[in-house]
Amino acid sequence: MPADFLYGVEVVLNGLMAGVMYALVALGFVLIFKASGIFNFAQGVMALFAALTLVGIMQGQVPFAHLINEIFGTEVHHFGWEVPALLAILLTLVVMIALAWSIQKFLFKHLVGQEPIILFMATIGLAYFLEGLGDLMWGSNIKTLDLGLPQGGSRWIEDATAGLGGDDFYGFFIDKLDLVATLVAIVLVLSLIAFSQYTKHGRAMRAVADDHQAALSVGISLNFIWVLVWSLAGLVALVAGVMWGAKSGVQFSLSLIALKALPVLMLGGFTSIPGAIVGGLIIGVGEKLFEYTIGAPFLGGATENWFAYMLALMFLVFRPQGLFGEKIIERV
Amino acid sequence: MNTPVTELQQDNADGYITADGRKIGSVMMDLRSITLRFGGVIAIQDISFDIRQGEIRAIIGPNGAGKSSMLNVISGFYQPQQGEVWFLGKKRPPLKPYQVARQGIARTFQNIALFEGMTVLDNVMTGRLNHMKTGWIAQSIWLGSANKEERINRQKVEEIIDFLEIQTIRKTPVGRLPYGLKKRVELARALAAEPDLLLLDEPMAGMNVEEKEDMSRFILDANDEYGTTIALIEHDMGVVMDLSDRVVVMDYGRKIGDGTPDEVRNNEEVIAAYLGVPND
Repeated sequence: MPADFLYGVEVVLNGLMAGVMYALVALGFVLIFKASGIFNFAQGVMALFAALTLVGIMQGQVPFAHLINEIFGTEVHHFGWEVPALLAILLTLVVMIALAWSIQKFLFKHLVGQEPIILFMATIGLAYFLEGLGDLMWGSNIKTLDLGLPQGGSRWIEDATAGLGGDDFYGFFIDKLDLVATLVAIVLVLSLIAFSQYTKHGRAMRAVADDHQAALSVGISLNFIWVLVWSLAGLVALVAGVMWGAKSGVQFSLSLIALKALPVLMLGGFTSIPGAIVGGLIIGVGEKLFEYTIGAPFLGGATENWFAYMLALMFLVFRPQGLFGEKIIERV
Repeated sequence: MNTPVTELQQDNADGYITADGRKIGSVMMDLRSITLRFGGVIAIQDISFDIRQGEIRAIIGPNGAGKSSMLNVISGFYQPQQGEVWFLGKKRPPLKPYQVARQGIARTFQNIALFEGMTVLDNVMTGRLNHMKTGWIAQSIWLGSANKEERINRQKVEEIIDFLEIQTIRKTPVGRLPYGLKKRVELARALAAEPDLLLLDEPMAGMNVEEKEDMSRFILDANDEYGTTIALIEHDMGVVMDLSDRVVVMDYGRKIGDGTPDEVRNNEEVIAAYLGVPND
C-alpha cells in the first residue's frame, strides 16, 4: 500500500479519536437540552470544575484555602494526604451531584416556565459563577492531572503496522490516551443509552423530555428528574474534564472546549445522543482530513481552528435541524 | 339491641345499587365547596359533590362551564382558593400533580398528553412508574431485584395492552398513530397505574360513532373488570346517559344539577342551560 494512503488512514484514525473527545462534551449539552430545553452554556465550565475538584481532592488541597487564610490569618494549604484516584473520582462525583442539586434548587426551580433565552442567560451566569467558584476553591494555577493513564504514542501499534507501507512508512502513530478516552467514551455512551432505555428513571427522563404535563400525570416529579439530568451532565463533564485535563493539563482555558461542542451539536442535532457522537466524529475526522489534504498544503495550515465552525455554518444553511435532530414541521 | 356498627359497615350502608345491579360503595372523593378563580374570573363557584367507590360519575355542561377546571382541581393541576378535597376519608393538603398521581389518581387529557417520541409500550410502561420501588442506584447497575420488578410490571402492561386491543401497535412510536388510537393509548397508560380513581377528560371527543362505541365498551369493562372508579367529562349526551351512574351538571362555574341520568334529564335548569329558555 502506498505510504500516502496509509498516512491518510492515520489522519482519519486520529480524527476519529479527537472526535470522541468533542462528542464527550457535546453529550452533556444534549442530555440537559433534551430533558429541560435548557441550552447549558456552563457545560464546559462544569468539565473544568470537575477536573479542578478531582485534582484538588487527589492532592489533598484544602478547598477555599486562600479565603480561609485571608479571614483567619492561618496558613493552611494542604491536608497533608493524597487520595487514591478511584476514591477521588467518586468524591468528585458526589460534589458534582451536590452541584446539580444546588443548580436546580437555587436557580432553575425559580425559572420554570420562562423563555428559553432567559434560561440560556442564566446558564451564562452560571458559567461565570462556577469559574469563579473553581478559582476560589482550588486556586488558579495550572495543574497536572495524573491518574496513571497511559500516555504517549503506542509503540506496539507503530511496530505492528510499520510493515504495511514501503520504506517511507513508519507505522501508525496513535496516542494511548486517545485510545483510553475512546474506550471510556464508548462505555459511557452505552451505559447512558441502557440507563435511559431500560430503567425506571431513564424512562421517566425520556417522559419528561417529551411532555411535562403528561409526565406529571403519571406521577413523575419534574424537579427530581432535572436534578438527575444535571447530575448525569455532571458525570459526563467529569469524564470530559478528566480526559481533556489529562491531555492538556487542568487550566481555565479548559472551559473553552464548550465552544468546540457547538459545531458538533449543530451537525448532530441538539436532541440526539447518537447525533452528538456522529457529529463529534465527523468534525474530528473532517478537520484533520481537511488540514491534511487542503489546509496544510494550500492554505498555510491551522485550518483546524475554524474548519468545524465553517462546516456548522453550512449545516445551518442547508439542514438547520442537524443530521439527527427533530425535524421542524409546523402545521398551518 | 344496639350492636356497635363499625365505620366500614356504616360507609357501605350508604352505598347504593345501580339500575344494572352493580353495588356502589362508600364515598371515595368528596369535594366540598370548591371555588377556583383565575384573577377576576370565577371558573368554579362553591361546588360540592362526591364520587363513590366503583361508580362512573359524569361531569357535563356547556363549553366553558368549568368542567375541565374541576378535573384539574381533583388531579392537582389547579389549587382551589376555597374548599376542601377529601380523598379516601382524609382531607387532602395542597399537593403537586405528581403527588396526586402517586396517591392513586390517574387521568387523561382533553388534548391528549402522550410521550410522542416513545413507543406505545414505553408510554404504557410510564404508567407503572409508581409501582416500581427499587432505588435508582439499583436501577442504574441493573440489579436482580430491579430486573425482576421490570418483568412483573411488563407483564401487567401487556395485560392492559391486550385488554385495550392495541397489541399490533405495541412497538409503534405514538407520534405516528391516528387520533383514535392515541386516545386509547392514553387510557392504557392511565389504567396501567391501576388507579383507585380514573379521570377522563372528554375521552370521546372527535371520534366517529364506531370509535365511540369501542371507547364506551373499554370504559365499562375497566370499571367492571378492575373495579376502577371513573369520573369523566363528555359532550355526547347519548354516551353520558348510557355510561354513567350519576351525573353532575355545571354551567358558568356553578352546579345546576346532580343525580341519576334520568333525574338530570328532567331537571328544568339543566334543560334551560342546554336548550336555552324562551324569553316570554
